[in-house]
Amino acid sequence: MKLTCRGTEPQVISVGEPRIDAAVAIQFKDAMRAMLSPEAERVILDLSQVEFIDSSGLGAVVAVKKAMGASQRLDLAGLTPMVDKLFRLTRMDTIFALYPTLVEAEATEVAPLPLGGGSGG
Amino acid sequence: MALRSVTGAGAPEPGCAALVLELSSSTAEVRAALGQVTEALGRGGYCAHARNCAELVLAEALNNIVEHAYAGQGPGRIRLWLQGVPGAIRLELRDRGRPMPDLALPEGRLKPLGHDGDLPEGGFGWYLIRRLAAEVSYRRVGGENVLRLVLESGPAAGDRG
Repeated sequence: MKLTCRGTEPQVISVGEPRIDAAVAIQFKDAMRAMLSPEAERVILDLSQVEFIDSSGLGAVVAVKKAMGASQRLDLAGLTPMVDKLFRLTRMDTIFALYPTLVEAEATEVAPLPLGGGSGG
Repeated sequence: MALRSVTGAGAPEPGCAALVLELSSSTAEVRAALGQVTEALGRGGYCAHARNCAELVLAEALNNIVEHAYAGQGPGRIRLWLQGVPGAIRLELRDRGRPMPDLALPEGRLKPLGHDGDLPEGGFGWYLIRRLAAEVSYRRVGGENVLRLVLESGPAAGDRG
């Protein structure tokens, strides 16, 4: 599972794979958990190279979010048409902020989450 | 067992495709089969939206066979038929794994998403199949699960409800 990471606040993690499907969902989850910075208040997952996600991949993205701290937010950027459709059909657009491009995600100022002890930083 | 194409089709006319595949129930072979089906649909002139919807529906149906019908049994055989006609993509899947509970298709209702702690990580497969396919039917015949799926491929098709 190819992931690349830059920045710390926000932390941007780019997926360098065309698919997050049942064949790689577990590797994706494990690689993400290893790469996530526990200090980042905002993590942007750049999916611009991902053309296909199935329900196993969707579950893996949800699992990653659940593994993050209560004061951390996970935003999704660069959604290709079918990936965008998958997140909207499953109403995950109510759980994740979806941005068409990474540039737009990075240009958007987000307020810290009210939950937990977001201690600034 | 290697994925093998029993028949391939050049499908010269737009809106036509035909393919028969036999694969074993592994995620790697599912991925390869999806590639062959989307390629055949591409050659057949189906638009990206129709191909994408067919790929997702087929992925969910095949994953279900791998993860449930053949769960704990070692790899089993799956046969797949694709027939594309103008305006519709028809798929049939046959496997010899466990039957569907109560010999019926799951309702595929989307569960309430709840919040962080209790967000569901699964259970989206049948919801997506029912949402994207125009017709879904299942029967158990002679020890085989037979799943038929029809997707509309006309303008504005593939997003029902």
